[in-house]
Amino acid sequence: MSILLETRGLTAFYGDFQALFGIDVTVGAGEVIALIGSNGAGKSTFLKSIAGLLRARAGHILYRGEPLDGIAPENVVGKGIALVPEGRRLFASLTVEENLLLGAYCGRPGRWNLQSIYALFPALRERRHYAATALSGGQQQMVAIGRALMSNPDLLMCDELSLGLAPVIVREIYAALPAIVGEGMSAIVVEQDVQLARRVSSRVYCFQEGRVSLSGVSADVSDEAITQAYFGAPA
Amino acid sequence: MNTLLNIVVQGVLLGALYGLFAMGQSLVFGVMRLTNTAHGDFIVLLVFVLFALTGFVHLPLAVAIALLLVIAFGAGYAVQYTILNRVSSRDPLPSLIVTFGLSIVIQNVLQQVFSADPRSIATGSFESKSIALAGITLGYLPLVTLAATVALAFAMQWLFGRTPLGRAFRATSDDREIVQLMGVSYRRTYALAMGVAFVLIAVAAALYSMRTAVSPTDGPALLLYAFEAVIIGGMGSFWGTFVGGMALGIAQQAGFYFDPGWGIWLGHVVFLGVLVARPQGLLPKTA
Repeated sequence: MSILLETRGLTAFYGDFQALFGIDVTVGAGEVIALIGSNGAGKSTFLKSIAGLLRARAGHILYRGEPLDGIAPENVVGKGIALVPEGRRLFASLTVEENLLLGAYCGRPGRWNLQSIYALFPALRERRHYAATALSGGQQQMVAIGRALMSNPDLLMCDELSLGLAPVIVREIYAALPAIVGEGMSAIVVEQDVQLARRVSSRVYCFQEGRVSLSGVSADVSDEAITQAYFGAPA
Repeated sequence: MNTLLNIVVQGVLLGALYGLFAMGQSLVFGVMRLTNTAHGDFIVLLVFVLFALTGFVHLPLAVAIALLLVIAFGAGYAVQYTILNRVSSRDPLPSLIVTFGLSIVIQNVLQQVFSADPRSIATGSFESKSIALAGITLGYLPLVTLAATVALAFAMQWLFGRTPLGRAFRATSDDREIVQLMGVSYRRTYALAMGVAFVLIAVAAALYSMRTAVSPTDGPALLLYAFEAVIIGGMGSFWGTFVGGMALGIAQQAGFYFDPGWGIWLGHVVFLGVLVARPQGLLPKTA
């Protein structure tokens, strides 16, 4: 399997506060990996660094073998990397459809357009002229995913899709994931629910205090190892 | 009865000019939450650019105005990209201070170059021509101003509501960090918004300079009218700004009827009244 994205010793700061201490992660073409870890472990920071919203202070991000270091955030999506941000962050003064159309702003060709998004999430079609923030939390998350897909990414990064949603809604949203990544798209999924994260991914990385504390094949890592990596102490 | 109708009609025609002053201000505030205290001075600056084009370069007026629109777009883009983007943040104070500084610089540079004399743009005798309808005299120039304001309000509503650029304007106003994930540079979007605002300012400047003589220090007074129209109408809505300009124009015209010294004053009174009774403005809605 060829490598789509690779980070080497990635380091990031918020001002003087160091959030990432040399992260090494690889994502293969067509692969889904999961990032787990407690709040503040650096998972969202890692995704923001790749999306260019946070400039890495040291280390490298290699995408298709080329460095992404120092690229402006508005140029990242054109390379085929899309982020579904934590908390959805929909544009409040735009309708559902306008949010989706803005996702296509970079003009990358591919199979995702309004019709295929509505086919994936039929609930959005009948509400397409509603203000995006007038929808339920689950439907807003569908808009956020659809908005990211409209850029026809090769790498989809999802930051805590389950945040603030009822378990039944979370299941419904994750049920769409196989259809999304089915045609060779890679994905990085940040998820608090460890069992869910392992089920949807082929490999899993556990973050702890800005470092990777465990990585392995999702089906093989033991619960004990995850507990240790998650909390930093034997259970 | 005819007097009342005359006050309203002349007020609407005057208000069209104020609405035009205010539309650029409304756009800039709507997209980047920037309170541009140099807005009036930008109008005056473009008046003098137009004067230079017709008076020194001797271009025909129509050509000069067309060229002014192009110059204005470029100047607006450049001012935002090189200066105002540096102070654009959640904190409104840095951009207030910078635009305040720009205002002083523009006034003094204009005085240095053009002296303090008021100047107007010669239009032959177009500015004094009028038609009489049912006992009311309607000036051609005010009618053209009204038509321009209505057309530009429609154009802005279309630009914001129906085009990809308008979507990017609104989305950038909502969340300028996340909009970058869609491939939109908020710095470039802000610069484009200021470019469009300057085109509106250029139209206002051209019509204003045909109507009356303008001196380099007139900017702050124009800024006040623009502010009042925006706040009476409601922030961030082009039709609100339009209505705000009309309300201000009618109030001033009514004041002028009672006493020539009362016009401006009554406009301020109506502004204060709206601010007290309906601080969100008459038509509040984000465009």
